[in-house]
Amino acid sequence: MSSMDRTAQTHELLLKVSRLSVEFAGRKGVAPVLNDVSFEVYAGETVCLVGESGCGKSMTALAIMRLIPDPGRINTGLIELRGADLARYSVPEMRRIRGNKISMIFQEPMTALNPVYTVGDQISEPLRLHQGLSKDEARARVIEILRSVEIPAPERRIDEYPHQMSGGMRQRVMIAMALACDPDVLIADEPTTALDVTVQAQIFDLLREQQQRRGTAIVMITHDMGAVSEMSDRVVVMYGGRVVEEGLTAEILKQPRHPYTAGLIACLPELDPAPTTDRPDLPEIPGVVPSVWQRGVGCPFADRCASVMPKCREGFPQAFQTGPTQKVSCWLYEERS
Amino acid sequence: MSRAQDSTPLLSVRDLKVHFRVNRGGWRKEAAVVHAVDGVSFDMPRGRTLAIVGESGSGKTTTALSVMRLAPITQGSIRFNGTDITSMEGEALRRQRRQLQLVFQDPYSSLNPRQRAGDIVRMPLILMDIGTPAEQKDKVGELFRLVGLREEQRMLFPHQFSGGQRQRLNVARALASDPQLIVCDEPVSALDIAIRAQILNLLRRIQRERGQSFLFISHDMAVVEHVCDDIAVMYLGQVVEQASREAFFSRPLHPYSVALMSAVPTVGGGREKAANRIKLQGDPPSPINPPRGCRFAGRCPAAQALCRDEPPPLREVLPGHKVACHFVTVSGGQVKAPLDGYRALDVKEPMA
Repeated sequence: MSSMDRTAQTHELLLKVSRLSVEFAGRKGVAPVLNDVSFEVYAGETVCLVGESGCGKSMTALAIMRLIPDPGRINTGLIELRGADLARYSVPEMRRIRGNKISMIFQEPMTALNPVYTVGDQISEPLRLHQGLSKDEARARVIEILRSVEIPAPERRIDEYPHQMSGGMRQRVMIAMALACDPDVLIADEPTTALDVTVQAQIFDLLREQQQRRGTAIVMITHDMGAVSEMSDRVVVMYGGRVVEEGLTAEILKQPRHPYTAGLIACLPELDPAPTTDRPDLPEIPGVVPSVWQRGVGCPFADRCASVMPKCREGFPQAFQTGPTQKVSCWLYEERS
Repeated sequence: MSRAQDSTPLLSVRDLKVHFRVNRGGWRKEAAVVHAVDGVSFDMPRGRTLAIVGESGSGKTTTALSVMRLAPITQGSIRFNGTDITSMEGEALRRQRRQLQLVFQDPYSSLNPRQRAGDIVRMPLILMDIGTPAEQKDKVGELFRLVGLREEQRMLFPHQFSGGQRQRLNVARALASDPQLIVCDEPVSALDIAIRAQILNLLRRIQRERGQSFLFISHDMAVVEHVCDDIAVMYLGQVVEQASREAFFSRPLHPYSVALMSAVPTVGGGREKAANRIKLQGDPPSPINPPRGCRFAGRCPAAQALCRDEPPPLREVLPGHKVACHFVTVSGGQVKAPLDGYRALDVKEPMA
């Protein structure tokens, strides 16, 4: 299926994040880590959150899971899962959601798994907690799940500890654990950055296949535009704690509108099957990501942007519609929309 | 440049083996031997960049460390500038290191947090007794400008720099003693994508202007294609393919190289590339008990009985293009490779 036929509208809206703002109060004052972040996730689709480190993509994921570390807090905004606002849930209510309706896989499978429990114990925990399965029922189910994530000899592997497995195997265990209760939404925070490319390819295949079988919506956090192109239906580009561009992946990769998105794609060396001897320098995005304290009222990208205008420093623009699905928060597109 | 015209290779590695003994626990168990690098040979011409690529555990970093004489060499020889440095010791080795410098992967842990930026870059000059204090000071200023830092930043401490700037400091320090060879071990993999381009451009500019040779270790094929002149692909301690950049990227011959290229997600490839990719099963085998035959045989889509029994030698199939595979054949100047058919499926156009 090409990404174009999977138009989001034909599917059920599962997760809706609207105008989410997260701040951290510290000695220096209040740091606005996320600012007005909005996006939607439909059943069966993959949405990628893209950006450099510090742009707020992992914080968005943690906010959805209600796992923001102290002293951070959700200031304003809604996180609606099938219409219910998770931002207002109590701790016990949230505990019934995590690992059940929404689950998350992390970047480094070695640190995300508990080294002193067998993988079987760890995968059966959500099953026993959320579905009330007995020990034996859970064990049978875990073997089945391990088989579905293509772990060889699951009857034996179930009693192994994380250190006895390779990185790719551990990430499969993480996926098995996350999918054990058939969640509506799976959040994958850079699931393959710690893995080799050939293993990454296996994990991507596995995620795609599980998604097709279960109709899970996947929110994948990545900085790799290649992975975006390969995995996602839609993409949300973040910078400085804000969403700067979003739309169908095909549309955005073909014609990025925001100067940041365009720069992010251009500065990437691409594999070329017909390499030429003259290699022009890669286009650079000058400067670095501003810290939360350096973000003013205007566009956070203004200081690195080649098309900066005085207006950019005065206020952050609303999202302008620039294509059938593409929305861009950049003053350059003010007239056109 | 006179350096580049000298025809003897700058670096010549022959049959390098680095084996580590690991205690397997249990008092009667025999110690196991990890064959980290197992018979690697290559030559590095002057003024060029040789990239060694491979996945984790392939031995690429150990090879680089051996060249720097920072890993225990079990067997083989390393000649630098015609001098055998394999068993060089003490002061002679220290002097030799003036010509051999290293840029580390992690720009955070490779700089002393208590030393000022200017002193970090000056350190090699002091240690190697290069120039008078006044000359050293000028040299540091020159190096700062060369790598794109401002001279007044020499009084700052590493934590006051961003990741990209710290990597610039690392490059400046490596350049201080004006070495002939700089080993770069994954110099951009810890950096953000937008910063990678800055450092890659910097390394290429330095090479253009100063004619240094780079031994570039990386797992990222796209980065390697951008920076290298020659490439060696390693798998489980051995080189499986070696060629010039143009020859390799336009036509990788070894099934592992083809699979590795097909596994890289690209912006233009999208889902179609993913659907057509060569699926490698499982993980690389353990370097403790490497397979008897071809080490890639267990995961190779083209493997046959011969592959499991007999290790294929690394042989030259085209001028300058070496490959270690039984089933890459040459007849009448035409090369046939086992996964030739795959290439037709590779998606080159951006997706519609």
